[in-house]
Parts: sequence; structure tokens; C-alpha cells
Amino acid sequence: MSDSFTMNEAQPRLLDTTDQGLIGAPLDRPEGALKVSGQATYTAEYHPEGMCHGVLVRATITRGTVTGFDETAAAALPGYLGLFHGPEFLRNPAQGMAGKAPTQPGDRVAYHGQPIALVVAESFETARDAAARIVVHYDEQPGAPVDPETAPSEEPDDRTVQGDLDAAMRKGAATLDRAYTTPGHAAAAMEPHAALAEWEGDHLTLHGALQMIRYNKAELADAIGVKPEQVRVLAPYIGGGFGSKLGISAEHISAALAARALKRPVRVVMARQTVFDAILRRTETAQRLRLAAETDGKLTAIGHEDRISNLEGEGFAEPTAAATQFLYAAPNRLVRKTISRNHRTPSGSVRAPGEAVGMFALECGMDELAETLGICPVELRLRNIPEKHPETGQTFTAHALAQALREGAQAFGWDKRTEPGTRREGEWLIGMGVASAARTNMLIASSARVTLTRDGALVETDMTDIGTGSYAILGQIAGEMLGLPIDKVSVHLADSDLPGASGSGGSFGASSAGSAVFLAARKIRDELAKRLGCAPEDVRVDRGQVTGDNKKAALADLLVEPIAMEASIESGETAKTHFSSGFGAHFAEVAVSEITGEVRVRRILGVFGVGRVLNEKTARSQAVGGMIWGVGSALHEELSHDPRTGHIVGRDLANYHVPSHADIPAKMEVRFLEERDDHANPIQSKGIGELGISGAGAAVINAIHNATGLRVYDFPATPDKIVQGFMEHGR
Amino acid sequence: MPISLKVNGVERTLECDTRVSLLDALRDHLDLPGTKKGCDHGQCGACTILVNGRRINSCLTLAVMHEGDEITTIEGLGGPEDLSPMQRDFVSCDGYQCGYCTPGQIMSATGMLAEARDGMPSHVSESLIGKANLSDAEIAERMSGNLCRCSAYPFIREAIARNTEQSQ
Ligand code: FES
Ligand code: FES
Repeated sequence: MSDSFTMNEAQPRLLDTTDQGLIGAPLDRPEGALKVSGQATYTAEYHPEGMCHGVLVRATITRGTVTGFDETAAAALPGYLGLFHGPEFLRNPAQGMAGKAPTQPGDRVAYHGQPIALVVAESFETARDAAARIVVHYDEQPGAPVDPETAPSEEPDDRTVQGDLDAAMRKGAATLDRAYTTPGHAAAAMEPHAALAEWEGDHLTLHGALQMIRYNKAELADAIGVKPEQVRVLAPYIGGGFGSKLGISAEHISAALAARALKRPVRVVMARQTVFDAILRRTETAQRLRLAAETDGKLTAIGHEDRISNLEGEGFAEPTAAATQFLYAAPNRLVRKTISRNHRTPSGSVRAPGEAVGMFALECGMDELAETLGICPVELRLRNIPEKHPETGQTFTAHALAQALREGAQAFGWDKRTEPGTRREGEWLIGMGVASAARTNMLIASSARVTLTRDGALVETDMTDIGTGSYAILGQIAGEMLGLPIDKVSVHLADSDLPGASGSGGSFGASSAGSAVFLAARKIRDELAKRLGCAPEDVRVDRGQVTGDNKKAALADLLVEPIAMEASIESGETAKTHFSSGFGAHFAEVAVSEITGEVRVRRILGVFGVGRVLNEKTARSQAVGGMIWGVGSALHEELSHDPRTGHIVGRDLANYHVPSHADIPAKMEVRFLEERDDHANPIQSKGIGELGISGAGAAVINAIHNATGLRVYDFPATPDKIVQGFMEHGR
Repeated sequence: MPISLKVNGVERTLECDTRVSLLDALRDHLDLPGTKKGCDHGQCGACTILVNGRRINSCLTLAVMHEGDEITTIEGLGGPEDLSPMQRDFVSCDGYQCGYCTPGQIMSATGMLAEARDGMPSHVSESLIGKANLSDAEIAERMSGNLCRCSAYPFIREAIARNTEQSQ
């Protein structure tokens, strides 16, 4: 990366002085007209001359070896082009930011549903039929462990032990010791995973539904044994990711291999069922939360232990207790993880890995402890906000938890909350719940190029827009810095030939790629200052005019020669001395039917501190999207596994219940607090997309308690569990 | 097998395999990929189009069953330069994120408004007779066949609400 800027100290708030009215403004997405008219082109929608169609074949055993394929019945079909398999095939998708091929298992099968071959034919219909006719011979190794309870497990040694948790639990004026369980979750992005591979000589062009182009290019090259320079990856439109498209997977590799062999473009789109089988899921968790507090609510101990699962050899481990490590102060702390090694579909990142499930335990536990202590749950949280990172001692950057809790409580009408089980409207019991929101914020190495000509500016980076608003915000940053109206800025993304950015993952994309665009534009301002003849710190670029040092010129006059600048950023000292996280508070109101146990969410308010908001409209959508995911995980979403094979059953959108319109109220409100995170990055922003889910589900569960007096510990809180609770309480 | 369809007002003929779904005929044979495939099983609504004015999941029907039918897809509603009012409202309300479910949401909403105009009740309608007032609950109920994993639901409904008869 060329002369990279390292984030070693807090940066001046330049974007607060540029005054072009673009940064933060709720502008429409520039690609909006294309999306609403069906003209935005997603991976499966390119039709190069001669394209043929691939359908993946999946393993129907849990563990063993493929000993052979019989393609006789398939080969008889007119239009059949062949069966492809081999040592380049992947066991499972690459984990996020791997940058190299994931395990290539040869003929080994490690989970039921693993893609083991690709059938290619002239038409999709023939390929689908042919794939069903392939007979696979296996040497099965029975008895593969698929139950995380009983499968062998291991304990990584990065645990936290501070003070003496057991002693603190014995002494605490109030204590809580609870087990919580969450099922596996699927990202279930609406666009099924897809690839279109085309070779020209020994160069591969791959259109792929992918979130992290720079890493994906390296993964692909490594997996098929070519140099990265021989690979180009493109993904201008991606139909949602949520972590499920972080790394390359079966469709990319198999399309590339088949296209090379057939010397024709090959398209592979996963069937929805294959997406469930073969794309990394969120692990199920079993958690134990322990809390101890003084009578005034001051926590003396926090213990969070969890068991997750993944396939042997997969490095990813859901960081279930991520938020527990810094959300509340307590002198005695324990964080410990166990990884069950079993043969379910491997696990990986799904929106807010860690917080999305870990905060159910922490935030529902806090709610219950507050009740035991007789302290308002908002107040209990306020009393336990740490001064510094409780484990590392780092200084927090902008920390909005207290303000979010206070302002949220006020705006939501929290004072109208009644005693549990006392507010009723006919058959409906009404209640309110609260939870904190927290999600670590990161800066990931990114580069971008900005070119300024008399016609406007062009922003180029391989950053992706998976619905997150990258097209909008990157243009806004450039326009704000260069004094241009937004329609004079164009943004080209998601092409591996462009400067490499973080990609979309971990909510770090907007801040990381945005900072690179900001720095490239700042270099252009420096050059404009030079051309005008003023010091770089004096230059102002205001609506087409450049001024500084009592000099003034029209921007166009300084651009006889266009200016193109590339800039890179990486994290530095501030990431060591400081700890940056988004914070916030969720408030939920639910109605629970006393007859059916059905839970209806009536309204949710999220109040968040996310540093500088880059586009109020897309930021709001990201936050609300996350909050709705919280509702899904609280009330409906659940992967189930066949206890014999580990296979995911109900592997489609009728059986895996993502929230629908009818589940979600119109009143999904978001407030962003005025905040700048000076130590996070030079644009003072933080991630949003995952903060919205972190804690949201717990607020819903706590509202159910307030409505009914029931506590659910095994999520999701489906009607059967609520009815069971009513019965146990003699109702 | 040859089929003739009237797609977005234009007569189109194509030669296709009897197994080709109407959705794949549009996406892969008629160069109209605006209609999306999210599940191919009638579970997500991404493939919603209008056939003779009624909304359907185009993945659940075969192209050969539609000889002579009038088909409207998102491309027929309005292009990027001449968006329909509903399309414009989806943009201004941010009634999408990734955009993948969006054509289906818009086509479904278009069909749904026509159903409501024709006096069709829904599961949450107060009465089976007379026109339903398209409250948010009515719109939510009638749009629940269209999943949006980005979860733009409140903003999708805000865009639709701007296009109901009451709001005109
Ligand atoms: S693609 Fe037709 S309903 Fe999902
Ligand atoms: S906008 Fe992405 S699924 Fe609806």
C-alpha cells in the first residue's frame, strides 16, 4: 500500500469545517433508481455468450470418503456437459478475511450437505435434473458426533480471569446464576450465493456475491493455484451478506474450475436449500452467566462462560462474551469458552458474531438481577458503566451508554412501565423492556483513489455495498471534501482492479473505506492549495470555489490538469491506547397473548452513539435492520439439526422464520446521539449495522417478562415456551 | 416448446423447455432479470410479478402455462429515468437496502393496492364486505409474502402507504 496513513493519534475534525451540507445528510442512495427499476445487476444476471449452468451435488453422509461418482444416468441427458470435482474443491467457505483457501478436503466429507461436485449442462433445468441423477458412492465413517452437548470439545486458552468469581458470588448481596441457550442462525441473505466464471487465456474473471473483494481474490487464486494477478473479482451489487458472503465458497471454485475445463463461462447459483447446507451458519450457544452485586447495585462479579461449536480445524469461534468483556465494571471477572468439535455445517460470522447471541445472556441477566435488587433496570446499568476497559485498562473513546439509556428512557416513556404482569388490554399483556447495546468498532486497512476533473470527482475502491450504503456515503465524503454537489461525484466499487479496501464485514466498512476516500480527497485539497498558492491548512473548497490566504480561484480553473490521488489507512497507536465501541440502548414494548402465547412487538426505540453519522437515512436503515434481526432472534429464528446426521432440517425460508412484514411494527424508531469518535479514524465515525442487533433481542425478551412475569432462557421465545410458562405459573 | 407472452405490453415469443419456470423464462430467456429469485419455492416473494393484473410468485408456475398471458414485471413499471410514483417513494423512504427483494416488494405492492381497490379483504380486515382501509396493519398483513432480510419493512410500508387510495 502506498504511503499508508497510520491512526496514531486523534485527528482534527476537518469534516466539521467543510460546510458543504453533504456529510451526514439523509440523501437518497445514488443507485436507488437502478434498484427500484430492476436495473441493478446482481451476479447471476450477467449472460455472457456461451454461458452454461452448474448445479452443486451435496454429500448425503455426515463423515467419510467419496469413493466414486456414477454419472451414467446424468450423461444420458441431452445438453449434459460434465461432472466436476477434485482436490481444489472446498470443504466449506473461507472465514472472513482469510485471504487464503479454506480447507480443501479432497474426497473427504465432514458434514451432511457438503458440496462435493458440480454438474454442468447447457440449461439450468438439465443441470438440476442431472445433479439429482448422479449416484455417489461413499465409504461412510459412521458415528460422527453431531450433538454439541456430547461431542468432544476443547477450551482455547484466551480466557479472562480477574479476582475470584466464586468468592464474590458467595459474598454478593444479590446474585444470579443462569443458563441460557440460543439455537443456530442463518444469515439468509435474499440473494442466493452465486458465481459466474469466465476465462480469457489464463485470466479468470469472476462475478461473485462476495463482501470482501481484496481477500476473495487472494482466496480464489490460492484455491485454484493461480497467481492473484490472474484473477479479477467483481461484485457491483450484492443481495445482502450479513457475513454469509465474507469468503469464497463452493460456487466460486466450482464455477472457475468448470469454466476452465469447458472453455466456456459457467454460472453456479446455489439453491436456497444448498445455502442453508453449505454456507457458514451462526453456531448454537449454551451459556452460563453469573452476576453478583452489592445492595446498591454495584456489580462485584461477572462470569460469562459459553459453549459454541465448529468443525475441527475451523479457526473461527463465535466470541459470545465479546460485549461482556467491557460493558460493565466488576472487580471479579471470568470469561471462558468451550468449543465443541462436531460435524454440523461449520459455523462462521453472521451479523454481530458474539454480541448477537451473547447479549441475550448478559442483558437478560442484568434485567433479572435488577428485579432481585429492586432497582430499575435502566438505573442498574447506569450504576455499572466502567471508567476504563475493565480487562485491558484502555481508555474508552466516545462512550454514549449513559446518555443513550437516559435519553432513551425519557423518549420511550419508560416511567409508564408497570410491575410485571399488571398491564392488560383484553387477552393481551403489555410490557416494556430495556437492554444496552454495544459493538466493538474497528479500523481495517483500506485504500481508495479519488480523481478530480472539471466534470466532477470519481471515487474508486474495491469496497462493496451489500445494502449498507457505501455508494451513498463514499460519494458524500468526496463531495463534502471537494466542494461538489452530490451529482458531480461518481462512485465505482467492488472491482478487484481498484485499490483494495476493508470490504463489508464487522461494521468496519464505512469508516475504513470512508477514511481512505477522505484521505485521498485531502491529498487533492493539498494539491489544490499548492495550485492556488496557499498553505494546505488554509485551503477552503466551497461550492466550486477554492480560497486560502486571501487568494481565490474557481475550482475548474485549477483543474486544467486533473488531480488523481490514492490514499491508504491502517490502524495504529489509538487502537492500543484506546478502546472504541458503538454504544446505545434498546427499548421495546410487546404485547403477549394470554391465550396463544403469541408475542407481538408494538414498538422499539434504539438510541445509539456511533460517532459521526455519514448519511442519516442509510444509517437509520442499517440500525433498524439490525434491530429487526434482534426481534427475529428473540422470537422466531432457529436452525434445527437432525440428531442422527447433524443435517439442517427445515432448510428453507418457509421453515427458517426470518421476520416478515407482519412481525414488525411501523414504530421502529432510531435516534443517533451527536458524537465524534476522535480516536477511531479521521472521519470520527463508527460502525452501525451490527450495533443495531446487539442487545435488541434481549430488550424484547425483557419486555416479555415485564408483560407476563415469565423469564425465558431458551431462545427463541416461541409461543409454546410462553404457554408452558403460563402453565407452570398456574395460569 | 414455443410460447407467446405479452410482456410489459410487448409481444414476446420464446422457444423453451417445458420445465422452465416463468421466473427463469423472464430472467434467463427474455433478458428481464429485474425479477429476482430468492428461493425458487414460493417462500420469499422476490419473484413477484403481475399476470393479467394479479400478483403471483413467478417461480411457482411454468412458462408454458402462460400462453397469451399479459405479464407485467418491474421493468414495465418504470425505468431509472421514468420511475413510477411507488418506485420513487421506495427511493426516498429508503424502502430497501441491498435491493434484492425490492422489485418483488414493488410488484407485490402494486398488485396489493389493486386487490384492495377491488374490495378484497385480508386476514386482518375488520369486515369482509366493503373496502378495507389500508392501515399499516393491513399493508403489513397483505405484504407478508415478501421477505426482506435487510429488514427495510417500516420504510417499505411507508413508501406503500404513500400510494394508497386514501393518501392520494
Ligand atoms: S423466488 Fe419465488 S417466492 Fe422466492
Ligand atoms: S433490500 Fe435486501 S432483502 Fe430487502
